[in-house]
Amino acid sequence: MNPGMEGTSPRTLVVLPAYQEERSIGGLVRSLRERFPYDVLVVNDGSTDGTADAAREAGAIVLDLPCNLGIGGAVQTAFLYASDRGYDAVVRIDGDGQHEVEDIPKVLEPILAGRADAVIGSRFLGETEYRASIPRIFGIRFFRLLVNLTTGYRVTDPTSGFFAINRALIEFYSHHYPSDYPEVDAFILMHRLKSRAVEVPVRMYDRAEGKSSITAFRAVYYMVKVTLSYLINRIRRFG
Amino acid sequence: MSRVTILSIVASAALLLYILEMVRRRKLREEYSILWLFGSVVILVLSLKKNWLDSLAHALGIVYPPSFLFLIAIFFILLILIHFSIAISKLHQMNKKMTQEIALMKEKERREG
Repeated sequence: MNPGMEGTSPRTLVVLPAYQEERSIGGLVRSLRERFPYDVLVVNDGSTDGTADAAREAGAIVLDLPCNLGIGGAVQTAFLYASDRGYDAVVRIDGDGQHEVEDIPKVLEPILAGRADAVIGSRFLGETEYRASIPRIFGIRFFRLLVNLTTGYRVTDPTSGFFAINRALIEFYSHHYPSDYPEVDAFILMHRLKSRAVEVPVRMYDRAEGKSSITAFRAVYYMVKVTLSYLINRIRRFG
Repeated sequence: MSRVTILSIVASAALLLYILEMVRRRKLREEYSILWLFGSVVILVLSLKKNWLDSLAHALGIVYPPSFLFLIAIFFILLILIHFSIAISKLHQMNKKMTQEIALMKEKERREG
């Protein structure tokens, strides 16, 4: 803890990883800045379009990665920044408008109240309009089973990229964060740290612009890779 | 001396010389040359000393001794490939750290002006 920070209100950073999102990122950053007092950080993951400029113009802090690291490496850069700048909480949402920004305070609340170390926004809790494809549903069911059997967390949406974490997890993730498809892996890391993780219902939408990073072919690779690194993380040492 | 023996001697000697030359010209780092050098020396020696190869193959129950040579070669190739995978993973990790560091430095420079 930074001693100079005592007594001031907690500082929150909203993190948006973005790749080739020049058309939607500006609007998203603006709507966040109009609604909330949080700092907004866009991690430009080596885009070749105007993503970085559009984000900066809209008032975001921008971390401009000179080459594409993939989602895990990009988000980890944000944790390095948050750790360095002494933020108390980080909320991570997608940079493509899939996550409902109105739900951010709900995801943040248990962190700021000190009731949880991590809060995961679930698209399957409560009433939901979210309709996923059959392979995606299968994948989510599989990972749900994997996480629930090995950690004791009761998770409904293990692949959710809408979450908030506190200072302790920011610190840990800035050193250890999986390089691609990090969300499922994060549960084993949290389990090993004995973090308190809770889910809250959030709204998610289909993509407005651009393409999802998960194509049909990658789905199989995704399942195998995540399962492997998940199981390895169970037996790995963290120095 | 059979033709396959001559071929084997010439090929492994050429490989050995080529690797040494690459290291001498600094086109190949010493750490990556060790497995290559060791492998080509082993194959060269067993090609020259045919009776060593025969008795080793016999001791392992291999009927056709030159196939033992292939086995050794494949073993070294596997080791070298694993070595490469490890080296690539290390480079990947270093690359990631540098990319992150550059992004953080660029932001800092912009902030502090």
